[in-house]
Formats: sequence, C-alpha cells, structure tokens
Amino acid sequence: MKIKWMILAAILTVLTVLTGCEPLAVLDPKGPQAQTQADVILLSIAIMSFIVIAVFAILIYMLVKYRASKQPEDYKPPHIEGNFWVEAICVGIPVLIVAYLSFVSVESNYKVEATPEGYDEEPLVVYASSSDWKWHFSYPEENIETLNYLYVPTDRPLEFRLYSYGPISAFWIPQLGGQKYAMADMVTTLHLAADVPGEYSGRNANFSGEGFAEQTFNVNAVSPDEFDEWVEEVQTTADPITEDEFEELLEPGHLGQQTFTGTHLEFMPAPEGEHGGHNHGGESEESHEEHSDQSDDEHSDHSEHDHDH
Amino acid sequence: MEFFERFAIPHPSPIIYASMVAIGITLLAIIAGLTFFKKWGYLWREWLTTVDHKRIGIMYLISALLMLFRGGVDALMMRAQLATPEAQLLDSQHYNEIFTTHGVVMIIFMAMAFIIALMNFVVPLQIGARDVAFPRLNALSFWLYFMGAMLFNLSFVIGGSPSSGWTSYFPLAGNEFSPSVGTNYYMIAIQIAGIGTLITGINFIVTILKMRAPGMKLMKMPMFTWSALITNLIITFAFPVLTVALAMGTMDRLFGTQFFTTGNGGMDMLWANLFWVWGHPEVYILVLPAFGIYSEIISTFAKRNLYGYKSMVASMVIISLLSFVVWVHHFFTMGQGAMVNSIFSITTMAIAVPTGIKIFNWLFTLYKGSIRFTVPMMYSLGFLPIFTIGGVTGVMLGMSAADYQYHNTMFLVAHFHLVIIPGVVFAMLAGLTYWWPKMFGFMLNERIGKWAFWFISVGTCVAFFPMFISGLDGQARRMYTYSESTGFGFWNMLSFVGAVALAIGFIIIVYNIYYSTRYASRDIGSDPWDARSLEWATHTPVPEYNFATIPEVDSSEAFWDSKYNGHKLFKGKLKEIHMPNNSGVPFIMSALFFVLGFSFIFSIWIGVIVSLLGICACLMHRSFEKDHGRHISLEEVEKTESELRGGK
Repeated sequence: MKIKWMILAAILTVLTVLTGCEPLAVLDPKGPQAQTQADVILLSIAIMSFIVIAVFAILIYMLVKYRASKQPEDYKPPHIEGNFWVEAICVGIPVLIVAYLSFVSVESNYKVEATPEGYDEEPLVVYASSSDWKWHFSYPEENIETLNYLYVPTDRPLEFRLYSYGPISAFWIPQLGGQKYAMADMVTTLHLAADVPGEYSGRNANFSGEGFAEQTFNVNAVSPDEFDEWVEEVQTTADPITEDEFEELLEPGHLGQQTFTGTHLEFMPAPEGEHGGHNHGGESEESHEEHSDQSDDEHSDHSEHDHDH
Repeated sequence: MEFFERFAIPHPSPIIYASMVAIGITLLAIIAGLTFFKKWGYLWREWLTTVDHKRIGIMYLISALLMLFRGGVDALMMRAQLATPEAQLLDSQHYNEIFTTHGVVMIIFMAMAFIIALMNFVVPLQIGARDVAFPRLNALSFWLYFMGAMLFNLSFVIGGSPSSGWTSYFPLAGNEFSPSVGTNYYMIAIQIAGIGTLITGINFIVTILKMRAPGMKLMKMPMFTWSALITNLIITFAFPVLTVALAMGTMDRLFGTQFFTTGNGGMDMLWANLFWVWGHPEVYILVLPAFGIYSEIISTFAKRNLYGYKSMVASMVIISLLSFVVWVHHFFTMGQGAMVNSIFSITTMAIAVPTGIKIFNWLFTLYKGSIRFTVPMMYSLGFLPIFTIGGVTGVMLGMSAADYQYHNTMFLVAHFHLVIIPGVVFAMLAGLTYWWPKMFGFMLNERIGKWAFWFISVGTCVAFFPMFISGLDGQARRMYTYSESTGFGFWNMLSFVGAVALAIGFIIIVYNIYYSTRYASRDIGSDPWDARSLEWATHTPVPEYNFATIPEVDSSEAFWDSKYNGHKLFKGKLKEIHMPNNSGVPFIMSALFFVLGFSFIFSIWIGVIVSLLGICACLMHRSFEKDHGRHISLEEVEKTESELRGGK
C-alpha cells in the first residue's frame, strides 16, 4: 500500500507545483468576473484539500494500525454499534463546511450574474451569436459586426447577449470569465469585463457537432481609446453586411475573421422580446436585468401580443 | 435497392468494415459451435427460458462484461486520438460517435447491467428468499435490457451510430442537425432497455419488502439489500421520466412533433431538464448499490460489524431524496439566473454531508478491526481515497459561479470519472471477486487479482488527474482535436498512458478468469471469505431453491451469529419446495421488441405493426395462461442436500 500513497502524493505535488508556476487559463484571470471565479476555485480547493487530507490520514492510520498481520492470531475485533458524538462530529463539521461554501456560492452567484461593479461607464452591449461553427459579434451601438473575433475596451463592463443559429453552444472566454449557453429560442446574458489589455482566446465550449473543435474566436482587449479608433477605422473601411451575405455566413463550415458595418440584427433580430421562441410575457431572463433598457421596452410592448399565439 | 440504402453507414471507415467482418465471424462461430456440440437445447432450456434469479444475474454479468469491453475500446480510441495534438487517427464524425456510444454503453448497458447482475444474484440469497417476487418479469427485464443493448450496438455497423453525445441535447439531436438514424437508435434502444430496468425496480422493491426471511426486520437487513431497496425506489421514480422524454424525442424525430425543437413552441431546454431529472438520480442508482457492496466487503475483511448501521441507512435515504432536487447543476450555465443557481448549488453541496457520513463510517469500521488485504478489500480501500478526491471536486463543481469555468471542460470529465470509476467500477470488480466463489464454485486467483488492482487503480489516477489541469487550462470536453499551441498535449499523453494501464488491468482480469477457471481449487466450502451475511449460509454451488429450509434471523449479521454466537439459522424441517416454471415467453417477447425497435429506427412500418401484434399476443398468452409453478419433491430436496453436503 505504501507505494500507492507515494504515487498519490507525487501526483498531488505535481498538481500543486504545476498549478503554481505555469498559470492555467482559468486561474490567470484578466477581469473581475474571472477573478471572482478563480477566488472561489482556489478557496474551495483549499477547503477540500483539508477534507482529503483528513480522510487520507484516518485511512492510513487505520490501515497501519489494524492490519491482520499485526494482530495476535486469536484477536477478535469487538462489536461496535456507533457512537453519537463521533457521528455528530462527522455530520457537524461537513455541515459547517457546506454552510460556509453555500454562503460563498450564493454571494459569488449574484456577483457573476450582475454587471461588474466599480466602472463608471455603461456596459458595452455585444450580441454574440453562434452558427455552425462560427461566432458572429454584433455591436448595435457602434453599428459594427465581426466574425470570429472580438474587440473590447478595457475598464468598461461588457454585456454579451448570447443566442444561436443552431445547436446549443456555450460562449466562453476562460480568462475573462465562465461560460454561458447560447440557444436558438432565447437570449441569455453574460456579464464580463476586461481589466488587462491583451489577446485572449475564446471558444464554444458546448458540443455542437462536427466542426465543434475548431469553433474558436480571438478576443482583443484594448484601451478605450484604441477601441474607439478601431470602431472608427471599421466604420470607414469595412463593407456593409447584407442579408444575402449573412445567410451565406450561416452555412455550416468554418470561416476566418471578417468585419462589416451594420449588424445582422437589423434584418434578423435576436430571439428576444417579440422575436423570442417561447416568450412568457415578462418572465424571460432579460426582463430582470437593469441594463436591457432597449429590449425591455420592446419586450413589454409586445408581450401581450405574444400571449395570443 | 432504395429500401436497402437506408441501412448503409453514412461515414464508413476501415474500423467499421473490420467490425462488420468480426461480428459476422463471431455470430457464425457461435452458431456453428452450438450446432456442433449439440448445445441448442441446453441453451434454450437452461438459459434462454430460465427464470432463476442466479442464472439471470450471471447473464447480466456476462453482458455487462461484454459491454465493458465495448465501452473500453471506445475509451482507448478516444484517448489515443487525443494523445497528440492534431492526430489523424479518427475524424470528427467518428470521434463524436465514439464518445457518444462510450457514454451510453458504459452507463446504461455496462454499469446498470453490472449492478443489476449483482443485485439479482445476491439480494434473494441475502434475504433468505427462494427467488424474486416475479421471476418471469425478472427474465423479461433481462431480455429487454439485452435486446436494447444489442440493438444499440448494431448501430455501429447498420445505419451509423448516434453522435450527439450521451446527453443527446436537442436541437443537435433533432432531425435538422442529426439526420442519420443514429439518434433513433439512441432513443429506441435505451427505451427498450429502460423498460426492463423499470420492471426490475418494481420487482426488487416487492421482493425486498415482502420476501425477507422470518425475523429480518427492515433494520436488520444487510447493507447491500438496503442499498438495493433504495436504488430500486429511485429507479421506479426516475425511469418513467426517461421513458417519457425518450418517447417525446422519438416522436420529434419520427412523427414531426415539436417538443424539443426551437420553433413552433418547442423548447430545447425541456429535454435537458427531463434528461437530468432522470440523469442525476441515475448517478445514485449506480453508486448506492456500490456503497452497499463496499459496506459488505469492508466489514467482512475488517472482521467487524459495520460501524453506524443506522446512520448508513439514514444517509442513503437522504441521498435518494436529495438526488431528485439537484438536476439543474448539470446546466448552471443555461441562464436561469443567480437565484435558481443558488438554490441548486446548495442542494448539490448538501449531498456531500450524507456521503461524508458514509466515508467516515467505513473508516471507523476499520477501527479495531483485523484487516485482511484480499482483492475485494483492496478495491474497497482504493475506492476510499480516489472517491474522496472525485467527491470533493463534485462539491467544487456545485459552486455554480465557479462552475461557469468548469462546465463542459475536462475538469468535469475528470470529476465524474473519478466518482464513477472508484464508486461503481471498483465496487463491481470488488463484488465480482467477492461473490465469484458463490456464483461459480471457485475463487479468482488473488495474486493475479492484485496485479489487476494495481494497474487499474494507478491507471485511473494517471488517466484522470491530468484532466483537472487541462480543464482548468481551457480544454473543452468532446473536442476531437486540439492544436499544439494550446499546450494540452502533455496532459493528454499522460491520460493516454493511464488509459493503457487501465486496459492492461482489465486484460489481466480476463486472464485471471481464464487462469482460475483452469487451475483454481474447487474445494472451497460454502464460506471461503469467513463472511457475515446470509448468502454464505447456503451451499456452493447454490441449489436452484437457494435454501432447503428458510433461515430465521434476528440480527443484520445472522450468518456470523450462527457461526460464532450460537444462533440457530435453520430450524424448520425439509419440505417439498414450490418453484416457478421456466418460460420462453420473455425471450420471445423481447426478441419481438428488438424487431419493433429496429423497424421503428428505420421507419419500416410493416415491421412495427407485425411485431406489435406479436408483443400483444405474448401479453395475452400470459393473461390467459394457467401456470401454478411446480413442486420439487421432498425426496429430491433430500437427495440434493445430501449430495451438496457430501461435496463439502
């Protein structure tokens, strides 16, 4: 048995050391949401290691002390029913740990589901839609659309409205924050922000068929000034997107990065408000959000009409 | 010819052609062998028509082992493909088919069958019964499962396998994105096997509640029987959800309904919810019997009674209730908001408490014991640390904000394999080794068994620990390839090495079965492990009526008490014994279900109608049949008993 513990110990050491010196994407956050998540992850790893060590210690103690080869030939183990206090401790400590983790979990849930705090500006709204096997990014305020790459300003909250032109996909930029599903019949909202300029990789994390592995995109987080420059440059140089062109982009396959002026939302709106797949008249997620002013109005205007279907 | 085109494989490859040839040759060999050795009659009388729970258990076992190798080969191919960046071993479509069938085969056709195999063999013996409550239904359960499994495996060579993941999320699994018949196979093969499982659930609840030996109160049942009772209760509540979901999915695919589509009022999220309302309890359906097996084995080889019997039972009841209120944690990222996620996050983490109680109770069962390191015990002791790591990472995944980062990544894959492999596979291997002498009358070689244990446990760690790291580094699951610049290469290579070690471990087990069959001593008595519960109180091999006289019980370890504390188990006199008759109807009916399923999959409506009529005829036959079973005469019982006693 000793060999096994040595192997396990070695694996655990390797794990810790490697996590320490070569930052893993998720543990190398570049924005407040990813930071929250990394903090929760590291905290839970610490607490869980305590439990693992406790179990290992008790197990090793029992195995070393009570192995048959160490007992006299005629040793008869006693009959022990159970002990109230021992079992109370075995319930009590885990309950305390779970209670504490629940507190952390709830707190962090509300954090990652809200616009990150501490920024002066209003969030930048980007519609991110997936089609087999590409990502379309529409900037309604800037009137720009990109394919398979994102430009985002640092130090400003980002509000991604996610939906899909095909199977369920998940929009994920590990260094900026966790993923959320993009689905065909409703829009979900993911709140992120980037604090550090840089290039990050993003991908679809939810299996969506043959071309899933390559459904990736680049994220360029740049300073607000640079972002404005980029917007201006696109608006002067890129061609407008047309409905025919967009239909072609939706065909299954892989494409490189492309840039357009205008957004496909004009002729093919996102499935929210009156365009939702199964609008429940005010129950859908966006209506809870404070920042979805534009769509919210649309939403309430038409919710009665939707009920008639 | 147009009719036959539908059976073609949409993405043929040399592997598939090779398997077609292999399947053909194996079938021919089996038919030729049976004919040559004149075994058709034997096969029909003794196995295909049997209603004996022990034989049904053994048939489940053989099927489960076959499926284990099918699923294992899938796993090896996946790990080989991912071992190096941009490998060309499999293309995307094949990789997708393989991870889909790996999941389905391992969960539905391997793990389920394995636990039902052990429940079938052990539970009636452990409660001192002669068979299950409804022996013929039991046979029907097995044959439905078997036909479902065969149908599913047929997809590999006829029509193409499903490729939208074992979770089969819509709309990916709908006709628009999965036009081939693969997903029809998924919907219908699992449906047929699932009906069998549901019948098992009802059968075992009745068996355990109504057929216990005199004196065996509920709180005096052995722990494995307790776990079987709770598991079957979960089956009975969870499987109908799967049945309905699969039926709706089938109708979406074949009859143009819109339950899970994204237009016309359909809702893709409904499938995910229904699937996991069944899927999460399913995890506990697998792991609770495993907990029962560990309880038996740890107490046997620590030579001590199980510590905290009452809290063991209570924790299982709590787990079974909680298992129905956590399903949303499988899709925290679907956008249901902070409130819903918080609720399900808390219920999920709450499961850690009863599970923790069990871990500590096993540890305390070792306290002041006299621990023998036999193969079953080594699996149980290996289970404790590895499962603890798998379990605590489950708590981490339960923290929904952090789950946004773990979800759909290799971290998740590492977690559930490190729960299911030590939690279920180790338990089944432990249980197999432990009850093997009762099943077959000889023991598996301990030395070879230990080699297998080391390969499997170290292999498990090496294969799955690296996935925690590559997952945190951003490797999504279900990617058939990745580029070198991602840096995932090293971790995946390590996983592949671990997978190879696991494969070697399983090959050693096969060798062990061969070796022990040939060389092991047959003179082992009826209680080779010095065990504690009733299944060891009867002869080896077990006579068809299990116990000549029904034992009388007054503790949870009646057999132990009868050996060492002067308890008298068998008080009654020998009498003639009433047993159920064999029947070919379950087999025939299930074969018709196979035809029905196959016809449904390929929309051959004439086949559907004919086989449905046949199934109705079988049901009617049973309704009008007069079958009161048969009696084994007193002389015959006495003869068998004296032979078995003499053989000791």
